[in-house]
Amino acid sequence: MKKMKIYEPAMCCSTGVCGVGVDSELLRISTVLNNLTKNGVIVDRYNLSTTPQEFVNNKKVSDFLNTKGVKRLPIIILDGEIVIEGRYPSNEEISELLDVPMSNFTKVESSNNNSCCSGGRCC
Amino acid sequence: MEQLFNPKNMELTKYLFYTGKGGVGKTSTACATAVNLADNGKKVLLISTDPASNLQDVFNTELNNKGVQIKEVPNLTVVNLDPIKAAFEYKESVIAPYRGKLPDTVLKNMEEQLSGSCTVEIASFNEFSNFITDEKAEQEYDHIIFDTAPTGHTLRMLQLPSAWSNFISESTHGASCLGQLSGLEDRKEIYKKAVETLANKNKTTLIIVSRPDTAPLIEAERASKELTDIGINNQIMIINGVLQNYDDSISEGLYNKQQNALKNMPNGLKDKATYIVLLRAYNITGMENVRAFFTQDNLNINTESLNTDNIPNLQNVIDDIYNSNKKVIFTMGKGGVGKTTIACAIALGLANKGKKVHLTTTDPAHHIKLFMENNDLITMSHIDEQEELANYKEEILSKARQTMSEEDIAYVEEDLRSPCTQEIAVFRKFAEFVEKADDEIVVIDTAPTGHTLLLLDSTQSYHKEIQRSQGDIPKSVKRLLPRLRNKKETDVIIVTLAEATPVFEAIRLEEDLKRAGINNNWWVINSSLYKTGTTNRMLQAKASNEIKWINKVDEHSKGNFAVISWSPEDIKGNKLLEL
Repeated sequence: MKKMKIYEPAMCCSTGVCGVGVDSELLRISTVLNNLTKNGVIVDRYNLSTTPQEFVNNKKVSDFLNTKGVKRLPIIILDGEIVIEGRYPSNEEISELLDVPMSNFTKVESSNNNSCCSGGRCC
Repeated sequence: MEQLFNPKNMELTKYLFYTGKGGVGKTSTACATAVNLADNGKKVLLISTDPASNLQDVFNTELNNKGVQIKEVPNLTVVNLDPIKAAFEYKESVIAPYRGKLPDTVLKNMEEQLSGSCTVEIASFNEFSNFITDEKAEQEYDHIIFDTAPTGHTLRMLQLPSAWSNFISESTHGASCLGQLSGLEDRKEIYKKAVETLANKNKTTLIIVSRPDTAPLIEAERASKELTDIGINNQIMIINGVLQNYDDSISEGLYNKQQNALKNMPNGLKDKATYIVLLRAYNITGMENVRAFFTQDNLNINTESLNTDNIPNLQNVIDDIYNSNKKVIFTMGKGGVGKTTIACAIALGLANKGKKVHLTTTDPAHHIKLFMENNDLITMSHIDEQEELANYKEEILSKARQTMSEEDIAYVEEDLRSPCTQEIAVFRKFAEFVEKADDEIVVIDTAPTGHTLLLLDSTQSYHKEIQRSQGDIPKSVKRLLPRLRNKKETDVIIVTLAEATPVFEAIRLEEDLKRAGINNNWWVINSSLYKTGTTNRMLQAKASNEIKWINKVDEHSKGNFAVISWSPEDIKGNKLLEL
């Protein structure tokens, strides 16, 4: 499976709700990535204020910052190549780039094996 | 009569926390406790967590956040935890390793993000919890004394250990708001230990300080209850500034006012062990006075005289605001100096001249309704932090509900539980009120100095954030800082008392305002005993010590100041017009 990495500008939190206003794009991407994770598809996010080292380590990202600057973040890297810059990918794009069905974006497969809840009945 | 507070005769726990409304004398009592215990052979660490700390004035020594030994008191070490400085040091520790490795614009982006209120709160809390859980300090010192910040801030800070422990353990995804302190999870144990120490009655005593006055006593009861609720039960009380006898109308008025307040002590405080500290004629600065504070007065009459014989009153200030057509008026100063009274008097004075006025407060103890009668031209409001937080959460969640499923919303809700969300919620309300100045005069009675500074600072960092944020930002927020900086629209009135600490703090506040680019025109000296003409020997000595400070304000404000006389009655309703 292909590997996607997102390099983001310095933010307080991943959903952006502690900023002065709410960015609905951030809300969307955070939720979608969270759902993907639950379905076993892991997209890594690197926030400049928490993981600056990742921006130094990755040569492509470091060159990008030196030539295009911090204002062009976020950038999306797929298997080591920059595929999108200056914005987050749409749900359709993520689906296409990672070859994941759209159903993985909203629903979470509930696992009955290790949960004591099933069929709407909780213990 | 309750007994006099004297730490030499008491069995005190290792950790002592002073709390109470601004201006009640937390610093004075904490310092005097520390010095007396140290003189008695105990090893003492005194820590201030107030963003507007004045310990350096009291000890006449430059302080830092690592600890400075006091020359005249060999057993005493003093630490000043300035949260803004702590945040700066934290910011440096994050950014420094990347200098030269990442472009400057990138570093700047990181720096701006790390200047928000979250960082300040997190950084100061980290230092605070370091001291309560430091085993070396626990072994080295017999007593560790915290001179805590004014009430609202104190409570938040003390509540943080439990709030954050919950937050960290409930967080299911790593990248929450607290994620910006990398490795915060590692600190969970430290936070847990801090909570345990606070709740352990053999280790910790909360000392609630109040004046013998109604408003601070009500506030003290509220603080006591809130802290009891989070498990800090070992509480005692100090009533500071008690007058014992009287011989003229002014001293009689003060005596009766105090005794009345004490007789009507709020129920929640009646069961606490209560001690008193007598009213002193001197200011609590310099080692001699700090040492004597619990035991001795000094009634020397100061022979200085006033440099001016023309002192404007508040009416002159109101006329100036009216004539210069100002729209946004702040009253600022140390807690307890009477900002609320002055704000009410200005609002009423302007309404009396036919202006429409909106009066609002960010002070947690909403006092305005105690002072004002209904007036057709005046509308009033209070910024309630909890209510604003609830509103803000609802606003975001309702937006989220339009596109998201229930489970996704739970995820957003989790980030909304972070401690910095409250600051933002309050900040947005604040901006909304200033926006009202489009068609009426807005008078804002701000919270005590430290809190105000944080608020202003966040205004600045938010202002920077606004320019780059993609988010949906209300117009009122965008317009706030430019408006506050417009000299034609905005004026800050600095309120102080004619005493050392409030004047020093007011001068520091003025510098901070200048740095933020905000205009200040007038100073008001409130509750002046000098202006009452008292003949009581003790109050006369106290009044004579005011002259030096009135002269200082006169010189500093270039004569743009008013003096308001101390009054035995609460100044309410139309009496406000006589100031």
